[in-house]
Amino acid sequence: MFGRLTLDAFKHDAIEYGAGVMMVLSLLAVIGLLTYLKKWKWIWEEWLTSLDPKRIGVMYVIVSFIMLFKGVTDAIMMRVQQMFAAGDVAGYLTAPHFQQIFTAHGTTMIFFVGMGVIFAIMNLILPLQIGARDVAFPFLNSLGFWFFTAGGSLMLISLIIGNFSGAGWVSYPPLSGIQYSPDVGVDYWIWSVQIAGVGSLFSGINFLVTIFTMRCPGMTFMKLPLLIWSILGSLVLIIFAFPILTATVGMLTLDRLLDMKFFTSDFGGNPMMYINLIWAWGHPEVYILILPAFGIFSEVVATYSSKRLFGYVSMVGSIIAITFLSFIVWLHHFFTMGAGASVNAFFGIMTMFIAIPTGVKVFNWIFTEFRGRVRFDSPMLWFMGFVIVFVTGGMTGMLLSIAPVDFQVHNSLFLIAHFHSMVIGGVLFGFFAGFTYWFPKFTGFKLNEKLGKLAAYLWIGGFLVAFMPLYILGLMGATRRLDHYDSSTGWQPLFIIAGIGGFIVSCGIAVQMWQLWVSFRDRKQNKDTTGDPWDGRTLEWSTTSPPPIYNFARIPVVHDIDAFWDRKNGKFPEQKKPYKPIHMPKSSSTGFIVGWLSFIVGFAATWHILWLGIAAVIGIFISLIVHLAEKEPEFEISVAEIETIEGHV
Amino acid sequence: MSRKYKIILYVLFCLATVAYFVWFLKTNTIAVLDPKGIIAHKQRDLLQITTLLMLIVVIPALFLAFFFTWKYKEGKKSKYTPDWDNDILTECIWWAFPSVIVIILSVLTWKSCHELDPYAPIVSDVKPIEIQVVALQWKWLFIYPEQNIASLNFVQFPEKVPIDFKITSDAPMNSFWIPQLGGQIYAMAGMSSELHLMADEPGTFRGCSANLSGIGFSGMSFDAKALTAVDFESWVESVKASSKTLNFESYQELVKPSENNPVSIYKLETQDLYHQILMKYMPGN
Repeated sequence: MFGRLTLDAFKHDAIEYGAGVMMVLSLLAVIGLLTYLKKWKWIWEEWLTSLDPKRIGVMYVIVSFIMLFKGVTDAIMMRVQQMFAAGDVAGYLTAPHFQQIFTAHGTTMIFFVGMGVIFAIMNLILPLQIGARDVAFPFLNSLGFWFFTAGGSLMLISLIIGNFSGAGWVSYPPLSGIQYSPDVGVDYWIWSVQIAGVGSLFSGINFLVTIFTMRCPGMTFMKLPLLIWSILGSLVLIIFAFPILTATVGMLTLDRLLDMKFFTSDFGGNPMMYINLIWAWGHPEVYILILPAFGIFSEVVATYSSKRLFGYVSMVGSIIAITFLSFIVWLHHFFTMGAGASVNAFFGIMTMFIAIPTGVKVFNWIFTEFRGRVRFDSPMLWFMGFVIVFVTGGMTGMLLSIAPVDFQVHNSLFLIAHFHSMVIGGVLFGFFAGFTYWFPKFTGFKLNEKLGKLAAYLWIGGFLVAFMPLYILGLMGATRRLDHYDSSTGWQPLFIIAGIGGFIVSCGIAVQMWQLWVSFRDRKQNKDTTGDPWDGRTLEWSTTSPPPIYNFARIPVVHDIDAFWDRKNGKFPEQKKPYKPIHMPKSSSTGFIVGWLSFIVGFAATWHILWLGIAAVIGIFISLIVHLAEKEPEFEISVAEIETIEGHV
Repeated sequence: MSRKYKIILYVLFCLATVAYFVWFLKTNTIAVLDPKGIIAHKQRDLLQITTLLMLIVVIPALFLAFFFTWKYKEGKKSKYTPDWDNDILTECIWWAFPSVIVIILSVLTWKSCHELDPYAPIVSDVKPIEIQVVALQWKWLFIYPEQNIASLNFVQFPEKVPIDFKITSDAPMNSFWIPQLGGQIYAMAGMSSELHLMADEPGTFRGCSANLSGIGFSGMSFDAKALTAVDFESWVESVKASSKTLNFESYQELVKPSENNPVSIYKLETQDLYHQILMKYMPGN
C-alpha cells in the first residue's frame, strides 16, 4: 500500500527532528496568519493562480529566499562541524548526516536559489526592459514556477520523511547507484532535480520566445539592454543543457528502478559516461547562473555612474563568446579521471579562453565609471565586492584549468574556495545588487540604505574571512566533504577562522532581514513617487512604481540603447497616442494544481507507491486537457479603466 | 568614533591578519607548496609561474576599479562625459592584453600536460617499483607484486626510485592523492589508472582519498613513507616473515565495508590478486 514507506521513515536524531519541527511550525505560522487576516481568497486569486510575470517573479524571490535560508543553515552546520571535529572530537554530526547536509546544500543553492533568483530577475525585469506587457507563454511560465516550487518542496520534505541523498550534489555513480545507496535519499535528489529541471526548461523556452517576439517597436537586437543580452545567453544555455540533465538523471533512475546498468561498474555499464554527461549540463549551468548576474552589473554600473555603458559591442561579443565556449569545457571538472594529455590540454586551453571575454567585461565595467559621476550606493558596494571576489576567484579558476596544477588541488578546499567565489561573489552579490536596485520598482518604496551598506560590508568581509583560509587549507591537502580530520594535520585554526567568517555572513543576513522590516516600517518616508528613483536609463523606469498590470499604457517606441535616458534628456520624446484597450491573460489554477500533482508523482516514485504515482499522472493529464480546452483565457482592460489607472479622467 | 580612528583600526586589523597568515604559513607544512618529490616540485613551480603571470592582469584591474570609483565619485568635480561609450584603441588593449597572457599560458598548459601526464613514466636510470593500489570501503590496499607482499592503509617505498602506481577500486570511485609527492588520479572499479611519482628524500607524507565514496570516506587517509633502499629491503623481508597472509579468499573478508582500519601488513599468496579484482567487473565473471 505505501511502498517502501514505513513508520521508520519518521525516526530521526534530535537535530533532524529540530529542523523538521521548525519547518512545520513555520508553515503553520503562515497558514495561521493567512487565516487570521482572512487573506486566503486574496492569496489564491492575486498570487497563487496569477499569470502576471511580476507576481510570479515576486513568488520566485520569496521561494528562493526561503531556500537560501535553508542552504545557509546547512553551510553553518558544516562550518561548525569542521571547527570542532578534529582528532578525538567526533563533532555533533554523524558522517551520514553530514553527507546529507552537504548534498542538500549544493542541491539547494544551485537548483533552488541560483535558478530561482535568475528566473525571478527574468520574470520581473525582462518584459519591462523590452517594453512588453507580458511574456510569450504566460501559462507555461506559471507551470515552470510551480514545478520549481514542487521540486524544492520535495527536497524539504526529506527532512521529515526518510532521508536525503549523501552522494554529493552531482550524485556520481556508482556511489549513487542502487548497490551503494539503496535507501530513498538519492531518489529524493533525483525527483527534486528532475521536476525542477523540467520547470527550468519550460521557463527557458518561454523567455527565449519572449525576447525574440515581444520586443517593442524599434528595439533591434543591438539596442537591447545588456541585461537582456545576458539573459539571452543564459536562456540558450538552458535550452541546450537542461535536456541533458533530464536524460542523464533519467538514465540514473532507470539504473536504480529497473537495474538497467547504464552507469554501473559491471555488466558493461560506464560511470565515466555519467560524469561526462552531468558536467555537459553542469558547466553550462554555471554560466546560466552567472550571465544574468553580469547583466545586472551592467545595468547597475551604468545607472550609478550616470554614463552610457562602455563598449556595448564588446560586451555583446563577450556574452556570445562565453555562451559558446561554456559548452566545450566540461571535461575540466575531471582532469583527474585519466584522459590523455592532449585531451586534458585542449579542455584546459578552452577554459582559459573564457577568461578573455570575462576579463574584457570587467574592464568595460570599470571604464564605465571612467569620467562618470559615480554614486556610491549599496548596489555599487556589491559591485566592488564582486570585483574583488570574482577577480581573485577567476585567477584561481585559471590555475584549476591547467591539468597538472588541478591534479594537486582538485576536490580540495581550494576548489571549494574557487567556486564559492564565483557563485557567491558573482551570482549572489549580483542578485543582491539587483534586489536593492529594482526593489522600489515593485514595492513602491526604497530599501533602507544605511542597513543595506552594513549588510554588504558584513557579507563581503565575512566571505573573505570564510573562504580565503580555504585556499590555504586546500594547499595543505584538506579535501572537501570531510566530516572529521586528524588533529596532526594542523588544519583546525584555519577551520575555526572559516567558521567565524560564516558567522559574520550570518550577521549580514540578519541585517538584511532587519533592513526589510525597517524599510517596510518606514515605507511612507522612502516612497518612490516618480517611478524612477535612481535616474535610470532603461524602459522599466519609465512606468510607475509598482507598474500597472499591463506595464505600459502605450507600448514604447525605441530609437537607441538607454531609451528612457534619451527620453528624459529630450531626445525622441514619447508620442502621446490615444489609449487602446489592452488584453491580458486570465488567472489559471492549472499551474498550481499540476505543480503539486508533480510533487505527488515525485514522492510516490521515491517511495515506490505505484497507485499514487499513476493517479497523480492521470490528474496532471486531465488538468492540462481541461486547461487547454478553455476558450477565452484573456480579459480586456477598457480605455476608461486605463485612464483611471493612469490618473487622468 | 571618528573616521580617522576607524581607518587606523581597520589598517591595524588588516596588518594583524596578514601577520597571522604569514606566521601560519611559516610554522605549518603547506603540502602542495612544500613538495618532496619531482612531480610535486614541477606542479608547484607551474602553480607559481601561472599565478605571477595572471597578476599582470589582475593587479591593474583591481587598482583601476578602486581608483576610478574614488576619482569619479559624485561631487568630486572630475571630468564628466555621459555619452562617451566606446573607444576602439582602449578596447583593443584589453582584448589583446588578456589574450597574450592566455596564449602564453596555453603553451605552458600544452607542454606541462604532456610532461606531467600521470601515465608518463618518470625518466630515470633506476628500475621503477610497481605498487598496485585498491580503494576499498573505506581503506586502501597496497599490493607489491614484485615483492609478494601487501599492506593496508600504509604504503612504503624507497626514495629516489620511480614508483609506478596502478590504481583501481573495488568500491565507489575514490581519488588517490599524496600531495607532497604529486597530484591525484581517480580510482575506479573495473578500470586501472596509473600514477607515476617519486620521492626525493626519506620522510612520511600524508595521503588520502579526494573523492567522496560513502560514510567512511573521511577516515581514508594513510601514511606514505619514503625510506632508503636498504631499509626498504629489510622491511620487505620482515613482512614476508609475518603470519598474516592475503589471498583471494581472505580478500573477500577485507572487501567488506569497515571504517578507520588500523595499519596491517600481509604476505601475498595470490600473486595476480590485482588482476582478479579488476576482472570481477568484466562481463562473464
